[in-house]
Amino acid sequence: MNKTGLNKVFKNYINYLIIVAIMLVTIPLYFGGILNDSSFVTPNMLTQMAFTIILVMSLNMVVGFLGELSLGHAGFMYVGAYVGGILCCYLYKSGLVVQSTHRLIICMLIGGLAAAIFGFIIGLPALRLRGDYLAIVTLAFGEIVRGILKNTKIDPAEGPLAGLIKNPATGFSLNSSKGKFDGDLFIFAFIVAIVVLFCIQNLMKSKHGRAIQAIKDNEIAARTMGVNITYYKLITFTIAAFFAGVAGALFANYSVVSYAQFSYNYSIEILVMVVLGGMGSLTGSIISSVLLVFINTKLQAVLTGDLASLKYLVYALILIFMMILHSAPKLAGLREKLNWGYVSGKIKGIFGKKTKNVSIVETEVSSNEEN
Amino acid sequence: MSEIISTIINGLSQGGVYALIALGYTMVYGIAKMLNFAHGDIIMVGSYAAFVVVGMMSSSPFLAIFIAVVVCTALGILVERLAYRPLRGAPSLSVLITAIGVSYLLQSLAQIIFGATPVMVPMFDFKFVDIGGISIKIQSLITLAVCAVVIVLLLFVIKKTKVGRAMVAVSEDRGAAQLMGVNVNRTIAITFAIGSALAALAGIFSLFVSPVTSPTFGALPGIKAFVAAVIGGIGSIPGAAIGGIILGVVEQFALSVPFLSPYADAIVFSILIVVLLVRPTGILGKKQREKV
Repeated sequence: MNKTGLNKVFKNYINYLIIVAIMLVTIPLYFGGILNDSSFVTPNMLTQMAFTIILVMSLNMVVGFLGELSLGHAGFMYVGAYVGGILCCYLYKSGLVVQSTHRLIICMLIGGLAAAIFGFIIGLPALRLRGDYLAIVTLAFGEIVRGILKNTKIDPAEGPLAGLIKNPATGFSLNSSKGKFDGDLFIFAFIVAIVVLFCIQNLMKSKHGRAIQAIKDNEIAARTMGVNITYYKLITFTIAAFFAGVAGALFANYSVVSYAQFSYNYSIEILVMVVLGGMGSLTGSIISSVLLVFINTKLQAVLTGDLASLKYLVYALILIFMMILHSAPKLAGLREKLNWGYVSGKIKGIFGKKTKNVSIVETEVSSNEEN
Repeated sequence: MSEIISTIINGLSQGGVYALIALGYTMVYGIAKMLNFAHGDIIMVGSYAAFVVVGMMSSSPFLAIFIAVVVCTALGILVERLAYRPLRGAPSLSVLITAIGVSYLLQSLAQIIFGATPVMVPMFDFKFVDIGGISIKIQSLITLAVCAVVIVLLLFVIKKTKVGRAMVAVSEDRGAAQLMGVNVNRTIAITFAIGSALAALAGIFSLFVSPVTSPTFGALPGIKAFVAAVIGGIGSIPGAAIGGIILGVVEQFALSVPFLSPYADAIVFSILIVVLLVRPTGILGKKQREKV
């Protein structure tokens, strides 16, 4: 096998390798008792990393591969968490599904499906709208979902769901008497992350994935080449929503499903991870999720009260500087000098898939624009 | 009956506030072709400027209004210069994400400086007036009057003055405008300045209704005002006013019906989706569009 062939194989499996490496390091430590709730890395943090990886990869499908901005990703996750969580409780208490792994799988599928239905509904206006409008519609969608779920009370006097959601605003949480997953959640979540990675990576490499990326690069050209824009936009939205719902169902087994959790801020947090990792790079998504969740959890312990928003200050600066560095027409020369193509070949994630050619084209476009 | 009328008047005045914010969105969108996500947070900065003057230095509310407008105008120009100008000509997704970053930056800065706990900003002590048996808050009338004056003034500036003509030219065709000797960068900066000054006014009027501010003070009104701008047809000044007023009235009606009130925000955002589905260009669509 020659060098390029090796490179290709490496590129195919690097994403799996990262996740498997994390598992190979943490699982023996966990069963050895070294990794526990008071250690440097906790199982809770690992769970959070796993579902964040799923979330960020799924948002990357929309932002990075399709090239549309979605600001309602937390809303899709909320739907998945809500439906999945309630279903978990129902299946457990009604005794329909006793085995907790089976139960969680069913809940993830149904939660994902519920979110996907919403993704389909929100995808319909997407067909008629351009970038900025679409962003606002997704934002509005997130707020509508939150507004409705915040006020939906599920508190029947008897039956499997008795007393589940007494106060909709504070939400609900699962525990061992409500069908919470009783195994090691983080191991399960990482396995799910691998499955999701498999789906997204292969989808993006297929004919369909190339069509989706063609829409990002030039919608009109893609249409001219016979790509069905409507179909691919809709399907990307729906699949991304599905995976966000899956992450949500995992979340329901992890923490409290509440109105405050899935706010606009959370959508932005996911977006920051996508942008930092590199739009259109799954490797970047995985690395930035792991990194930011780790930093987040550590910062939360140090920064209390109003200082906690220092975290958001840093997020904001990351967004602004990454974007200016990434696409300011004036910096095209700098990008060329630094030769992002070379850098991104090495650490592909951090700066996305910007190559030399693209910046040259950009310079031309911007000079046309300005003169 | 009198309840319905007072709801309508409340709605009109709330709609006036939305219209003022929407004007900023719509002008910036028309001229710079970008969605200024940080516009709502400019309102918040304005309210904190008023807080510093009235709440901390216990000065006159009139001074507070002046300072708020000055601070916001300066901030608008600064943000445009530092964050948006380097990205002129870049893909719109990049500009949009930068704007979100700026919005986030202002919010977290405010929280670090002033804390997350809401603070009181005591402005004027408004009384009720009695018109034909219906009691109306004076501030509702002031808001409406100022809003109307501002819109007429803006239309005048855009149609009759040199700066206004430059704005129209830039929004029509930036390249051609530049060739005709229009200073594009300065025109866009002026647009940001005007939009931000209007946002400051909107912030002050919001304080009239409830004299409390917090770092997220501007986030929701900002989003709703954008919705208003889209409903009215983005880029159109009368459209922004119409959209704002529709939104304000619908919201007040939703809030006044007990079983709908928890869903008021959801209803407001649903209007956006419905309007975009039926008429993607907004109520004042392309034909009558008064592009700024």
